Amino acid sequence: MTDKIVVENLYKIFGPDPGEAFDLMDQGLDKDTIFERTGNTVGVKDANFAIQEGEVFVIMGLSGSGKSTMVRLLNRLIEPTRGSVKVDGHDVTKMSRKELIELRRRDMSMVFQSFALLPHRTVLENTAFGLEISGADRAKRDERALSALETVGLKSNANSYPSELSGGMQQRVGLARALATDPSILLMDEAFSALDPLIRTEMQDELISLQQEKARTVVFISHDLDEAMRIGDRIAIMQGGEVVQVGTPEEIVTNPANDYVRSFFYGVDVSQVFSAGDIARRDAVTVIERPGVDVNSALQQLKRATSDAAVILDKNQKYLGMISVDSLMEAMKGEGETRYAEAFLKDIETAGKDMPLTDVLSMVAAARWPVPVVDEDGRYLGVISRKALLETLDRTG
Amino acid sequence: MNIKDFLKENIDIGGWVEALVDWILVNLQPVLDGISDVIGFLSNGFEDILRGAPPELMALILVALAWWRVSWRFGLFAAVSMLLLFGMGLWAETMSTLALVLSASVVALVLGLPVGVAMARSDKVEAAVRPLLDLMQTMPPFVYLIPAAIFFGLGKVPGTIATVVFAMPPAVRLTNLGIRQVSREHVEAGLAFGCTERQLLWKVQLPLAMPSIMAGINQTIMLALSMVVIASMIGAGGLGNTVLTGIQRLNVGLGFEGGLGVVILAILLDRITQSFGERRGSGGLGGFLRKLIGRG
Repeated sequence: MTDKIVVENLYKIFGPDPGEAFDLMDQGLDKDTIFERTGNTVGVKDANFAIQEGEVFVIMGLSGSGKSTMVRLLNRLIEPTRGSVKVDGHDVTKMSRKELIELRRRDMSMVFQSFALLPHRTVLENTAFGLEISGADRAKRDERALSALETVGLKSNANSYPSELSGGMQQRVGLARALATDPSILLMDEAFSALDPLIRTEMQDELISLQQEKARTVVFISHDLDEAMRIGDRIAIMQGGEVVQVGTPEEIVTNPANDYVRSFFYGVDVSQVFSAGDIARRDAVTVIERPGVDVNSALQQLKRATSDAAVILDKNQKYLGMISVDSLMEAMKGEGETRYAEAFLKDIETAGKDMPLTDVLSMVAAARWPVPVVDEDGRYLGVISRKALLETLDRTG
Repeated sequence: MNIKDFLKENIDIGGWVEALVDWILVNLQPVLDGISDVIGFLSNGFEDILRGAPPELMALILVALAWWRVSWRFGLFAAVSMLLLFGMGLWAETMSTLALVLSASVVALVLGLPVGVAMARSDKVEAAVRPLLDLMQTMPPFVYLIPAAIFFGLGKVPGTIATVVFAMPPAVRLTNLGIRQVSREHVEAGLAFGCTERQLLWKVQLPLAMPSIMAGINQTIMLALSMVVIASMIGAGGLGNTVLTGIQRLNVGLGFEGGLGVVILAILLDRITQSFGERRGSGGLGGFLRKLIGRG
């Protein structure tokens, strides 16, 4: 993965005297104190992160955390006070007016929370806006705008006016307008926040499927953790102008950097975030089946661990089955040498490691025994017991 | 010597203004002649067309316009109004007044709209122009007659110029306001897709400000009409002249007839110009202007 956008030591101070604010910041004073003393607002403070090519990078935070400022620093709708933003290695903060306009026309486009469509233009003319600005001739821009509209499923509305469309459709036009110039970077500023929940989910899915067709670098601003978890490959969390944590959704949920980050998870549906592999624990007794080793040893192991069930693996860690003390004793009553296979518990289902937690929940609820989790090759990863599941839900819920 | 006498002797605003006027008369005569020629050409042109055309045809056009732009009821009102004007024998005066209003409005808009745009784009320009607009609007309109008459003599030209000064402020103000009211996200959208300043103005700001600009144009036209009676004091002619004659002779009937003519013209102009400012899909002058400047 190559870095598409690299942000280094980026600062934005709004107000009369940024220099004064920097002095106070060096003394370690916080945003509110600096505003009180100098009248300067710290928009973004010392941001450092890299966005990789083709990923969906979500910048998340509460209102006032600086996330909207951050996205506008990337295409310099807001002038940075200090620091650099490199896109494909070129420093945006040092670009001339002309280079900047070129960059915006060619490489970056933006989708807005309030859609920001032009009411006097038809859907097609709105979609073709970026192409028109960069001087494409009519035939070419109409063709590309139509194909962008087709992508978002609005080709038949090309000649409508925005006021004739619903909110969700208007934002599809906003998305088509951004796609029409075929940029490598999409900046989306709370793009779905103004839509009702059902449409919002639909648009998120649409974005994900668009990414599968052609992976653009998407910088998505959101205040909604569910949304961030759904669409984000990685998430940056901002607080008071600072980027406090950058990581994958799992990393952030399992290992939040501070209480602010943790506070986001109250009310978040963790069953959407985690998959079976994330919460499987290797805390069940495991027995490796080897020729010549008596089943009695398994019984001893179970008794020592005061556990009811054990997982039987082959020597390559592949999952074979589960036994319980009872089923093993039952099998040992039979004639000859007892094999584990005779003692395997029936109706044990395994969960794949990518199975969403929502599905795991019902499996675990229905099963008498812990649910074993395996990877694509059938290798054993761990089990999910009711206790472990409840603990996971409790920790984050 | 006390402070009052000192101030009285040393601050002579009236004298300064006279000195300025004298200086302009001596040094800027060619400029004044140029202005006079342009305005004269414009107001004579409008008057020639409006008074030259057969009255029946003109009346028919006005009624048709009222019908098409507003409603059949308003068309009916316009028809009755035309009959009244013919009945009062004020057709020629009405057309003179209309010519004056139109030429003054054209000049006011040609000068005022760019100033409004400049104000919207720069806080400094706004800070500088705003008090000037306040002055232009609050100064009693009679005052404009004096320099207009001194610089341009008597007749239509000074009448038009005095009217321009009085009628221009709303066009400037509402253009400024309209552009400033364009939402931040619309402006950002324009910039984010790589608009130059010029593209932003023509493709985003002006089209979105159009309802406000049209309201300004309507106000300018109405103010121009209200200046007409006053401008007749320096020989602008038209319905104002009729009213003025009524006043001078204490002739109530004549004064009322002239006044009624102004009212009729005001109602017609107001409703018809307003109809162009309404958002009716892509129809109307506003829609036409938006299309004209918003595309291509």
